[in-house]
Amino acid sequence: MTSYRPGPVALVLGTLVALFLLMPLLAVVPVSLTPSRMLSMPSGELSLRHYRTLIEDPRWLQSILLSLRIGIVSSLISTVLALTFSLGIWMFRPRFSALLVGFVLLPMVVPPVVSALTLYFLLTSISSVSKAIGYDSWLGVALAHSVMTVPFAVVLLLVSLSQVDRRIDLAARGLGASVWERATKVIIPNIRFGLLTAALLSFVLSWEEIGVTLFITSVDAITLPRLMWMGLRDNINPAVAAISVVLILATVAVLTARGLLTRSKG
Amino acid sequence: MQTLSNRTGAALFLAPLLLFLSLAYVVPFLGVAGWSVTLPEPGIGQYSVLLSDPLVQSVFIRTFRICAIVTLASVTCAYAIAFLWVRGTPLQRRITEFCILVPFWISVLTRAFGWVALLSNRGLINTWLQSLGFISEPLALVRNEFGVIVGMTHFLIPFAVFPLASAMRNLDERVLLAARGLGASRTRIFWTVFVPMTMSGIIGAALIVFVFALGFFVTPAILGGGRSVMVAELVYVRLFQSPDWGLAAAISVVLVLIVGALMALLFRTLKPAQMV
Repeated sequence: MTSYRPGPVALVLGTLVALFLLMPLLAVVPVSLTPSRMLSMPSGELSLRHYRTLIEDPRWLQSILLSLRIGIVSSLISTVLALTFSLGIWMFRPRFSALLVGFVLLPMVVPPVVSALTLYFLLTSISSVSKAIGYDSWLGVALAHSVMTVPFAVVLLLVSLSQVDRRIDLAARGLGASVWERATKVIIPNIRFGLLTAALLSFVLSWEEIGVTLFITSVDAITLPRLMWMGLRDNINPAVAAISVVLILATVAVLTARGLLTRSKG
Repeated sequence: MQTLSNRTGAALFLAPLLLFLSLAYVVPFLGVAGWSVTLPEPGIGQYSVLLSDPLVQSVFIRTFRICAIVTLASVTCAYAIAFLWVRGTPLQRRITEFCILVPFWISVLTRAFGWVALLSNRGLINTWLQSLGFISEPLALVRNEFGVIVGMTHFLIPFAVFPLASAMRNLDERVLLAARGLGASRTRIFWTVFVPMTMSGIIGAALIVFVFALGFFVTPAILGGGRSVMVAELVYVRLFQSPDWGLAAAISVVLVLIVGALMALLFRTLKPAQMV
């Protein structure tokens, strides 16, 4: 790796791209501090009024709580389903494994707008039977989000399973462990970090999901991204800038913590 | 449990997710495909509209044009930053990794909004240019195709970085050493050895970006301001604003077919293991 380092041209170009990547995230900060009611750059004085809106306007808090609830439920569903599936693939190595995995990854590959229309069809059909998990209900959104996030959980779990030493499973089998015991006492403890990551990723993907959510909600199930969307579409509400800054800071904090954690682990 | 045969065991583990996705994804998709040939009346009328309606056609052409430009731009940018990420000094690597991962984890909505904050009439760039006296009227940087292209390129760069970086990591170090030993300059090594040897990553990245860009909805809707409509937004409009469910469904079916063809191409060009 040391033989061929980037020269000055590569360094300049790479830095420009890095700046391009960070620029819109930084631009949100001054806009969030504007004292004006409209989207604008603050001229002179700064104000925290848009941050105050986040706390004082009940709609923001409600949507945050709703997104948390949907994120937790959908992450649970998709992690459990992805776990049993990946364990099945790893332990039994069925014929047509590649085909089965490919099938399961469909929602990740199909254009999001097609998935959105498909899930709109699903939830409106369910609505005619039960309103509680149909169109514009929080359970319906959680169901749709699990469809969208399950492929990502499967990919992560298959990757962490591929690093498990098959001999420990063989040993357990030789000692007479049942399938259930092999799964719960031998394999799962060995992939717990991957399992945690899969649950976290499913949660984050649901937390920020907007493409599908736009199609399957109207007035009741207003998640945080949906509320941000409403604040962006017509007259841009600078409160969106304030919530964006909060989300960016949270992301940076989590990534830094993760970075420190993995470095201290080795 | 102990007496389970392998076959029933496998079925028990695999069935829940397979059933879940069949019922919650495949069946409803078939329903959507059904709409495309039954609404408003049975037949393939919607598909002939797709082929003949000038509005629908202009949206498809615009979509392909934007996707092509975005693919070129984001793969080029991604190559530059991936090079620094893989080949740089440890400090350079840490900094570029931060710059790639932070935007990657931030939602598409926040990122599109960041571009609105930068590019809109009262945004950062126009305010600065005006206060410095370079321009008297704000430049139209957003609510047009330019804004859409910038926003989509920004969103897709990280997705292009991963396959490129993996191709660059898997490259045989000895070839570079040999090129150097034979007296090739840095630039010459880059263009005649490095780029050709990472070609599989370039093709993979380009296909992934193109496929993602094709179904893009949020960024064009926010940065295009309804003026630069792409296929995905047309589906939304035809579902909720000027309803024509059959057409929305037909467009979806066509999109799936295009993406399926591109994915087949991707798997033919690359061994899947090289993708991620």
